Amino acid sequence: METFTYYPGCTLRTKAKELDRYARISAEALGISLVEPENWQCCGGAYTTATNEAATKLSSVRTLMAAKETAGLVTVCSACHNVIKQTNYDISHSEAMAVKVQRYLGLDDPYKGETAVYHYLELLRDVVGFDKLKEKVVNPFTGRKIAAYYGCLLLRPSKALAMDNPENPVIMENFIRAIGGTPVIYSQRNECCGGYIALEDKAQAERRSGAVMASAEEMGAEMIITACPLCLYNLKKNSGNDMPVYYFTELLAEALGLKEAGNE
Amino acid sequence: MQRIGVFVCHCGTNIAATVDVKAVAAALANEPGVVISQDYQYMCSESGQDLVKASIKEHNLTGVVVCSCSPRMHENTFRKAAASAGLNPYLVEIANIREQCSWIHKEIASATDKAIVLGKAAIAKVHLNTPLTAGESPVVKRALVIGGGIAGIQTALDIAEAGFEVDIVEKEPTIGGKMAQIDKTFPTLDCAACILTPKMVEAAQNEKITIHSFSEISDVKGFVGNFTVTIKKKARYVDETKCTGCGLCTEKCPMKKVPNEFNMGLDNRTAVYIPFAQAVPKVASIDPNYCLMLKNGKCGICSKVCSVGAIDYKQTDRFVEQKYGAIVVATGFNPIKPDKYDEFAYSWCPDVVTSLELERLMNAAGPNGGTLLRPSDKKHPHTIVFVQCVGSRCDDEKGKPYCSKICCMYTAKHAMLIREKYPDTEVYVFYIDVRTPGKNFDEFYRRAVEQYGVHYIKGMVGKVNPKSDGKIDVQASDLLTNEQLHIDADMVVLATAIEPDKTARPLATMLTTQMDTNDFFTEAHPKLRPVESATAGIFLSGACQGPKDIPETVAQASAAAAKAIGLLCKNSITCNPCVAHSDEMMCNGCSSCEKVCPYGAITYENKEFRMPDRTTAIRRVASVNPAVCQGCGACTVACPSGAMDLNGFSNSQIMSEVDAICK
Repeated sequence: METFTYYPGCTLRTKAKELDRYARISAEALGISLVEPENWQCCGGAYTTATNEAATKLSSVRTLMAAKETAGLVTVCSACHNVIKQTNYDISHSEAMAVKVQRYLGLDDPYKGETAVYHYLELLRDVVGFDKLKEKVVNPFTGRKIAAYYGCLLLRPSKALAMDNPENPVIMENFIRAIGGTPVIYSQRNECCGGYIALEDKAQAERRSGAVMASAEEMGAEMIITACPLCLYNLKKNSGNDMPVYYFTELLAEALGLKEAGNE
Repeated sequence: MQRIGVFVCHCGTNIAATVDVKAVAAALANEPGVVISQDYQYMCSESGQDLVKASIKEHNLTGVVVCSCSPRMHENTFRKAAASAGLNPYLVEIANIREQCSWIHKEIASATDKAIVLGKAAIAKVHLNTPLTAGESPVVKRALVIGGGIAGIQTALDIAEAGFEVDIVEKEPTIGGKMAQIDKTFPTLDCAACILTPKMVEAAQNEKITIHSFSEISDVKGFVGNFTVTIKKKARYVDETKCTGCGLCTEKCPMKKVPNEFNMGLDNRTAVYIPFAQAVPKVASIDPNYCLMLKNGKCGICSKVCSVGAIDYKQTDRFVEQKYGAIVVATGFNPIKPDKYDEFAYSWCPDVVTSLELERLMNAAGPNGGTLLRPSDKKHPHTIVFVQCVGSRCDDEKGKPYCSKICCMYTAKHAMLIREKYPDTEVYVFYIDVRTPGKNFDEFYRRAVEQYGVHYIKGMVGKVNPKSDGKIDVQASDLLTNEQLHIDADMVVLATAIEPDKTARPLATMLTTQMDTNDFFTEAHPKLRPVESATAGIFLSGACQGPKDIPETVAQASAAAAKAIGLLCKNSITCNPCVAHSDEMMCNGCSSCEKVCPYGAITYENKEFRMPDRTTAIRRVASVNPAVCQGCGACTVACPSGAMDLNGFSNSQIMSEVDAICK
């Protein structure tokens, strides 16, 4: 059993408990051991685009450091993944940033970006393998038309995240195929859900999330999956559309026959 | 003792603004051997040259140092001036105090110091210069044109017209290139095939022109006037000399599901095929990736139906070696694949097409017989959106940094043709800028807007959203009204950037010519030598040098032909006397020089030597063929015993330059 460090992030402890729970039990069934680091902190919430700013990246660095000795750091929330992977990219690609971070942290063994960061979907694709996953599925979603919703944070910026083509991704569609479903391709799958604008301009968030849901529905989807708690919130609460929205981990657990165990 | 003259050029303010030229002249006057040192505003002007000539005569100079621009610019000018004053031209040295000094420095004091040091180095070198005499080498009266598009065809026709033999090497089974795929041409809207195919036939029928179709260049040796080129004639499994182009084999071939390259994969062809009706040569080829006989040994129908017995399944690649005096590169361009621009949904929506695909969709010989129908459901489109600059003018690594130049005009052409033929179809064009410099070009674009009612919208398309009902929602911004737009379209056409053909880079290596970062061939001078490469005897024709439309391509093709003809007219050319030579007494026969020589100029022979004890011994020693040596100096550096030396750039000359700089 391979051991990875697992970073849930704050939302998975509060609003998005299902995302977390199903991820953990599924990983175990797939032969992956996820170990949560002690006393982890918030990822920072949003990545600061100021290139000379180091202070806001320190909490992510602490998480990355904690995973240095394991096979990699696994995240599942799109936002955490975005912040942590970009921070790791900055440190491994900019000597100046690594030095700056070290001046703040004063580590005995300076961190230079050694940790491999995986999104849970990457773990399924690159470590488990979608073929292997397919073999373990006991409740396939045969004939179910499932739309993957990527949102904006999961794949972008593509240079740092290096996960999939942000304009024509396949990773979630291949996941849907692995659990036996039929992926629905629709144009809004990589557009913004409205994000935090829901707090300030609700109408705008309603337009955005409504457009995403309508686009998926129009192409024949019967449900939509996402990796992002904020996306899920907007699609559910602000879209004005009743199509079911799930975390991808929930479908994964169901396909593996673990849903009941997860609900206990 | 040498008598050296130093001439410091101001180059207007190019040098004089940053280098104190008078101080340079004064400082160099004190160098050993210098009898006269002066400055002048434009040393390359006639009066400047006269100054050099008069000084040579008056002061009986044995060497000249000109402190001016790069030797690539005016070394020849001053060598000629010296020769006319009776001084051997190879006793002239240039100190480059412009490109390597004044242009790159800002501070006068340090730039002046550097200019003085560069002058001192040149003086130190000229002390050791020896008179050299250039030999001559004969010119092979035959030209090679690489690429058989409109550029290559025009160049070949012009060279043949002047009476010289020309070979066209084309990698595809037919000549014609991209122009053969185009429907109509701007700004006159005449049919491309009607003006191209007569030229293709003319090339085929011209007895001076030999066409090697389905062939590639596999090796180039030699130098200007005397290139030896190996041409790989790829196996087409059909005997070219027997095939009559009747097409019976293509009708009977059972393998009918091969994507047709000529129609951009929009329809299928057979495994044995003739690319298009007017192909030259009109000879069939078998595609080994699809032919059932070549793949599994089961079929052989084409061989049975061929009445002349032209099918040859056992054909292999053949290699032909030929000598040429001049080579013209005409490798052309390709549109980029828009797969990095998936926001336009090209990879998953069949009704999003590139402009070249649209050409085929509208062409009478295309997949729909000239009726514009959507690829997905073969229905007539009523709203078409054009997106310009896809992959052009990009500031990231996804696209090209340059303007592809032809897209504004062909998009205007497409828009106009569609409105002309289908007045019920609305056409929208999204642009960053409309760029239409060229004779009758802007008038053409305005006609599209004013007369044909094409909707030109300044702004870019952000996203193309294909919908389940077959409509395509095009999301864009109008920058002039500052509005977000949604257009319900039936088709989207992407004006993709153009890039040099992939074969260009390996070819440039074989030809030892230069390319820019975009893989376009670099001309010898961007203004004054636009059709020559920096390598003597290699000329550039068409879009391999930069994006070009057809009129420009043809103009450049004829210009390249004129330059090649100028070379082929000569019976011999003056050789560079700065070639390597080996001191046989020092050579230990190690072969190091032979291994590094890029021109194959060094051979080894066993020679008899008289030894000090009056015996004789046979030793293996290097010898340089001066006609092949290009004077690159690689062997002089590689030689471990110091036997190899270069005329005009001897080891001792270079060391004395270094000493002068380090003193």
